[in-house]
Amino acid sequence: MSKFQFPQSITSRPVYGTLEPRPGKAHLMIADAEGAEALLELADRDADLMAKSHIIYIPKDTGETYVDKLRAAGPAQLYVGPSFEAATQRIRHVLGEAHMGLQVYLSGTEGLMGQAMNEATAAGIPHTAIQTEHRGSVGRRMQCVHCKGITEDVMTDPFVCSHCGLNLFVRDHYSRRLAAFQGVCIDAEDPGNVPEPVELYK
Amino acid sequence: MSASPQKAKAGAEKLDVVVSAVVPLNDLVTRFEFKRSDGQDFPPFSAGAHTVVEMQDEGRTRLNPYSLMSDPADTSTYAISVRRDDEGRGGSLFMHRNVSEGDQMVITYPVNLFPLDLRAGKHIFFAGGIGITPFMAMIEQLERSNGHWELHYSARSPELASYADNLQSKHPANVHVYYDSEGEAIDLENLLDGQPLGTHAYVCGPAGMINWVHDTATAHGWPEDNVHSEEFLAPQPGKPFQVRLCKSDITIDVGENESLLEAIERCGVDAPFLCRGGACGQCETDVVESDGEFIHRDHWLEDEDHASGKKIMPCVSRFVGKSLVLDR
Repeated sequence: MSKFQFPQSITSRPVYGTLEPRPGKAHLMIADAEGAEALLELADRDADLMAKSHIIYIPKDTGETYVDKLRAAGPAQLYVGPSFEAATQRIRHVLGEAHMGLQVYLSGTEGLMGQAMNEATAAGIPHTAIQTEHRGSVGRRMQCVHCKGITEDVMTDPFVCSHCGLNLFVRDHYSRRLAAFQGVCIDAEDPGNVPEPVELYK
Repeated sequence: MSASPQKAKAGAEKLDVVVSAVVPLNDLVTRFEFKRSDGQDFPPFSAGAHTVVEMQDEGRTRLNPYSLMSDPADTSTYAISVRRDDEGRGGSLFMHRNVSEGDQMVITYPVNLFPLDLRAGKHIFFAGGIGITPFMAMIEQLERSNGHWELHYSARSPELASYADNLQSKHPANVHVYYDSEGEAIDLENLLDGQPLGTHAYVCGPAGMINWVHDTATAHGWPEDNVHSEEFLAPQPGKPFQVRLCKSDITIDVGENESLLEAIERCGVDAPFLCRGGACGQCETDVVESDGEFIHRDHWLEDEDHASGKKIMPCVSRFVGKSLVLDR
């Protein structure tokens, strides 16, 4: 099962829902890894939706698991790419050509949804109108508040910043602008006194 | 002895003004222009703002909201356009019959419940009749900032289409006017279809038109946050009723032709308000006890609030029943 119910937290922490078909002439779906399952469920619920949909999919470590299923769902366009960065130009192009009434569906990891949300809001869609559904890894996209470097797919708390090497405490404090959670040095006052890393939500 | 604490007065701050011009535009609409009595400049306002005009009508104080329609960059003058409503409660009739150039009046500072969303890549305006007024100011503001806009203005007939000629000659490419008398109508579905992402729609006019634009936009997949509307409701007459104000410790009678808010004010209780038209939420009042039925007419409370019987907007809503106690 790829669904995970995040416990209640501070208001800054994003809350995700369940994708549902909405009326509209055009639909843009952006997903990574197990996020494909949410799109397939959407296709099951509304068979007509896919013919008007452009899917941008980043399989990450799921490889070919979902690609054929997505293709079989019959989207108007399917793009499978190696990373969000690689897909960004295409996402911007699609949003740039889009008209009012475009529906945006995001699913998969928090990092993917947050970054795709930024692209969609920059194109003029209010964040309240963008649907999200978390699937797959609970790994986080973290910003080191000290060096500002981003570490993707962080699975433990604390973790070591991949840029400056500080030991960072994983906070629920989220930045919509950066699409990242904040990581704060955990041993600033007593260097070297670092608790044993624990896997997130274990 | 210490000075008593300053009590915040209800409503927005007030401005003393003198009527500098009264310009009849057609059979129904007249423009009123104001200058400040002290000769100073007015505070600047953002397009879409309204002012509440105080009218002293034979011992009765009428307070009606009107959209500011003058150029927001011109702080020497505020202007409103008033459509005469012969069936209304008398505020617009008072303006048309009793107000003339040189009169001293009191208006409030501007309050904006219908602002432009300046993140929009494009603004599309839908006006019905006198609903044109806030768009006059919005167009001036957007012209100055080089904004991208278009106006679709529906009016009964060329004779009653206030400012249509003026707008069309100034902005021939952006202004589209539709006359009921010629059988013309706004082709809303086609207009909403194909607008660039990031377009915001604004509608001001009769309730039916506002609902039509909201519903059609939703059906075309437009986000709710991209469709803006403003409708000031006038309080409707109704059966007289009695209300107990428990904080003030008085019981008051609400007459047939006055609103609950007006009755509260008449009895000397300073109740909060801004728009007096069911839109802004300032006058929201808690119900302590009730035995009867509410007639909710506002655009502010959620449906569940209306159903709960625990809140009322005294500017436009009424009550029918045995007893009502308010936390005021």
